[in-house]
Amino acid sequence: MGKRTIVPFGPQHPALPEPVHLDLELEDETVVRAIPSIGYVHRGLEKLAEKRDYNDMIYVMERVCGICSFGHGWGYAGAVEGLMGVRIPDRAECLRVMFHELSRVHSHLLWLGLLADGLGFDSLFMHCWRIREKVLDVFEAITGGRVIMSFCKVGGVRKDLTPEMLKMVKDTCDMIEDEMRKTALVFMKDSSVRNRLCGTGVLTKEDVIDLCAVGPVARGSGVNNDVRTTSEMYRSLGFEPILYDEGDCWSRCMVRVDEIMQSLDIIRNAIANLPEGDVSVPVKGNAPVGDFMFRVEQPRGEAFYYVQGNGTKNLSRARVRTPTNINIPAMTKMLQGCNLQDVSMLVITIDPCISCTER
Amino acid sequence: MTENTQTFETATPEEVPAIAERLKGEGYRMVQICGVTKTGCTEVLYSFDRDFSVRNFKVDVPFGTPVKSITPWYWAAFVYENEVHDLFDVEFTDSRLDYKGNFFRMSRKTPWKGKEAEETKEGA
Amino acid sequence: MAVMKFGGRLLRNLFSKPATKMYPVVPREYPERSRGHIEFDPTACITCNICGKKCPTHAITIDKAARTMTIDRMNCIQCGYCAESCPKKCITIVPGYTAPDAQKVSETFQIPEKPKEQA
Repeated sequence: MGKRTIVPFGPQHPALPEPVHLDLELEDETVVRAIPSIGYVHRGLEKLAEKRDYNDMIYVMERVCGICSFGHGWGYAGAVEGLMGVRIPDRAECLRVMFHELSRVHSHLLWLGLLADGLGFDSLFMHCWRIREKVLDVFEAITGGRVIMSFCKVGGVRKDLTPEMLKMVKDTCDMIEDEMRKTALVFMKDSSVRNRLCGTGVLTKEDVIDLCAVGPVARGSGVNNDVRTTSEMYRSLGFEPILYDEGDCWSRCMVRVDEIMQSLDIIRNAIANLPEGDVSVPVKGNAPVGDFMFRVEQPRGEAFYYVQGNGTKNLSRARVRTPTNINIPAMTKMLQGCNLQDVSMLVITIDPCISCTER
Repeated sequence: MTENTQTFETATPEEVPAIAERLKGEGYRMVQICGVTKTGCTEVLYSFDRDFSVRNFKVDVPFGTPVKSITPWYWAAFVYENEVHDLFDVEFTDSRLDYKGNFFRMSRKTPWKGKEAEETKEGA
Repeated sequence: MAVMKFGGRLLRNLFSKPATKMYPVVPREYPERSRGHIEFDPTACITCNICGKKCPTHAITIDKAARTMTIDRMNCIQCGYCAESCPKKCITIVPGYTAPDAQKVSETFQIPEKPKEQA
């Protein structure tokens, strides 16, 4: 048994682009314990809900995170709509599903790129990001923003899509599917990737349930807590939760690869079955006294939104709980017993977004 | 994503550990803990999920009253408990992982804590 | 075997054009709906100040007495909420981003007096 050493890791670390600090307790090269520490970039966006009209607040909420900006907009809008008792048109709901799945495609492609970068396969990283760029171009053409889309609003979505735009989305989906079939093969079969991913950072089903993990981290260990399962819109568009049982880095990677493929199918189904009608309903008046919670399955996992109205135009509380927040405990469990060189890669496999976590 | 199955219940600070123990036994997953700024107290909201239906417990914690931590049952709760402690000044006792106010690095201590209750008490 | 998973892609890359553009030489083309900056038409403005109240970053200030409208270009987050809520549709959001600058740039428009307007 070797001597225990504590190695500080982050918040500024060349291998990890997130402001998270880990105190790694090492025995020789093996991590025995990891204590996470966040709080370097706390912004207090939630507090602005007390000063902002609930309609304006969505532009603040979208800026919680750059990658899942659409999901945050939807989550907040959904919570306020629930509080106000507004039912949005089916077309708006379907468009939201479509854009959310497009966000999932680009987020997972970004993650696959980061993973490839983390395990030292840099040309694969560039290819993943090249494919991702096409999704961002679609976003810019339709919503006007590449990253912050400002497409969702309380009561629906802001703009309707023209038939040409729908065709553009469909063509992009076909293109990405074609590219992904080739790229996914590298993640699935390439020996250098598999050697690095298979069997590292194993999280058993019991660990996941005990540590309340969500998203691809949970689904990679065979636990389904995908909130899309309960959504009628998603079920009608052919959604099935994707589960892998191994619980290692490779199965978490495969969950995301398969989700990209499934999301592309959902988007195409959504285009084919897009209901006619308005894309938004006006939402006016004061928010009633009451509470409402809403959950959205973001690319990284389940995000929780809670709003509390107090009878004025402002909300007394808007709470966002991002998926990374709840996956941090699972990450510390994953790090126990791993090799020091794998730490940055294991942290990446939960798809951390620390700035989201601290809002 | 439609969200029809949610309930809001109220509880007292003393009941919190018993609720956590019971729900853990029934197979609930902890979703989150958050604080809400109130006058004279902090409302702490505990959310638990099983089979996609969520039970929320609202706990009014008066200033200065400690709450027992639920980390013995849900270890992952340390993230939220430290967050609520740093932002709202609610003390959690018997925590399995306590950062003692060093979880968030902020320029001001407990920025989201509500106002003291004296004024409203006299008015009411 | 394993090497060839990526080999085809690499070979194709050798003989295809780069995915990136030669940016300063080939300028970026913005799509029609791109939200770059807001444009203001002073002749239609009724100084109602709805845009100023709605703006999430308070980038727009309307001075009713002096009849001016000021846009703080560096504070604007291009959400397009002002353009959406303007009752006279005198604010539009158009492609093309504000150029980076060492100082904060703001622009002031003089709103002409309208004969019919009482306020």
